[in-house]
Amino acid sequence: MTDKSANTNNRPAASSAAAPASTGFSIGGLFRHPAVGAFMGMVLVFIFFSIFGYDRNFLTAFGTSSWVNAASTIGIIAIPIGFLMIAGELDISIGAVVPAAKMAMAISVGYYGLPFVAGLLITFAIAGAIGWVNGTIVTRTNVPSLIVTLATLFSVSGLTLFLSLLLTDTTSQAMPSPPWAKWLFGDYHFWGLQSSVFWWLFITGALYYVLHHSPWGNWIFALGGDKESARNAGIPVNRLKIGLFVLASTAAALSGVCEAVLSNSATTTTNFALIFNTIIAVVIGGVLLTGGFGTVAGIFFGTATLAIVQQGIGYTPFDRNLSSLIIGVMLLIAVLMNDTIRKMATSMSTSKKK
Amino acid sequence: MADKTPVLEMRAVDKSFGPIDVLHEISLRLHQGEVLCLLGDNGAGKSTLIKTLSGVHQPTRGEMLMDGKQVRFERPKDAQAMGIATVHQFGGTYPLMSVGRNFFVGAEPTKGIWPFKVFDREKANRIAVEAVQNFGITRITDGDRLVGGLSGGERQSLAIARAVHFGARVLILDEPTAALGVKQAAHVLRIVNEAKRRGLAVIFITHQVMHAMTVGDHFAVLIRGAIAADFRKGERTREEITDLMAGGETMADLEASIEGYMETHEGHPPASPTASA
Repeated sequence: MTDKSANTNNRPAASSAAAPASTGFSIGGLFRHPAVGAFMGMVLVFIFFSIFGYDRNFLTAFGTSSWVNAASTIGIIAIPIGFLMIAGELDISIGAVVPAAKMAMAISVGYYGLPFVAGLLITFAIAGAIGWVNGTIVTRTNVPSLIVTLATLFSVSGLTLFLSLLLTDTTSQAMPSPPWAKWLFGDYHFWGLQSSVFWWLFITGALYYVLHHSPWGNWIFALGGDKESARNAGIPVNRLKIGLFVLASTAAALSGVCEAVLSNSATTTTNFALIFNTIIAVVIGGVLLTGGFGTVAGIFFGTATLAIVQQGIGYTPFDRNLSSLIIGVMLLIAVLMNDTIRKMATSMSTSKKK
Repeated sequence: MADKTPVLEMRAVDKSFGPIDVLHEISLRLHQGEVLCLLGDNGAGKSTLIKTLSGVHQPTRGEMLMDGKQVRFERPKDAQAMGIATVHQFGGTYPLMSVGRNFFVGAEPTKGIWPFKVFDREKANRIAVEAVQNFGITRITDGDRLVGGLSGGERQSLAIARAVHFGARVLILDEPTAALGVKQAAHVLRIVNEAKRRGLAVIFITHQVMHAMTVGDHFAVLIRGAIAADFRKGERTREEITDLMAGGETMADLEASIEGYMETHEGHPPASPTASA
């Protein structure tokens, strides 16, 4: 039966023809938007630190750039991680991909003197390969992705250290960059904002389009919602999943490249804190732990919230260690809100008769 | 209409898994605009039969025909391409996605020019809501609503409307009313009738005789992988069908024996008797 014959069906559907099937902009709808919780959290935290950090320049350009810069290095990775979580997977190997990317850049450009672009190609090829390995193992074996990426986390960090020592005999390497690369990846621009901030904004925009406006977004949600049904509906489930893992590792590599160019150097140290930070940002951003639901805007606000707390604490009279306590409490609230979010979302109907 | 070539036909289909025979000499004919009710107790081979029809399993022996031509489904996609759609209890619907998005998973309408194609939300919502409403579910008016907020019957309806929209000719409904309340089940039955009215061939799998009798034109009772009875509407009474499903043992006998057991065992019903495999 075709589209047309369904339309010409003679049942009285006139009542529906008058009312549009999609609802436009409404204030009520805006308040029920799933990213609102994350946004309110960010606003609350911002007000809190603005009050207590006012005397110590939290609100100045310098204070602002400090948390925005910190947010950008997490945020570039957090959104692809959020995609994976929506699709029902997780990737913790990014903690090793970041230093691996930094060392790949520094060794190829700084040690061997290759052109910067060649360094970029090598770095992203390595990162892409790690993502491909992650995705392939997860889709082929059905081993939980937490375990698979835990294995690659350690393998990659071990390999990075081993190869660095083998090739250069050091664990840290200096790296000069040409001016254009410096400007593009690792310089301070107006208000002291790093180049990575603009990458973060660009990636947020691009991935917002992918998740919420392109057909692929529909596939990602469907994959997290019900894998078997998604496969029956003709979605290339395995290829999509591998693609998401590749996206996560290449995003981690981009973050690493930005850091290496900014500091003109690289070290092999595995960034364990980054793993937790990205997951926290995603969860505070309202992505469901069980998959199937989440928004790019929410992850964006979640990342900002995390960075405000971590950086803002230094502008207040409070002890620095309390930032972890605040984040822990916020994370707990976010997880407890998970169920509420789901209930609110499913009962959301803007079609109430006036 | 009944004399036409069947849309789907099974001729002496056997299915065995290793040494175990699950289906034995199954022959079925399914015509356009007809509802075939497949009745059977748990373990009678209903799911294996559905899976064979929808391409998950391949018959060990025997042949399957569509429109009189022999077909062989190597995978579910082959069956889908021929217009056989299987709707499981909640299958194919994603609770945390909107009605419009659910409807078009895997076949999203887009607008704009590549590479800036965007999911055409308005078109998706419009078509989805219209398709569902045409099936008589008038409560769904907002394509942005998440499916998790719909009732079980509405979700079933959405899945059926979706299958019909994408060109299904044979609809296999796997226990669509099993988890539903009376009102919701009535909803689904109305949709089965609507699908029939539109000329689809429907295979309705159930173990609720009442539901089967409401919509069925043709009934087949499956016992231990073989068709124990094949009859048309009005040829058997409800009691006869129930008895058949229970494996020939008359329900009255069973009830009497349970009552007798309860009297001698302080009101406890017997531990579940070993059901026929």
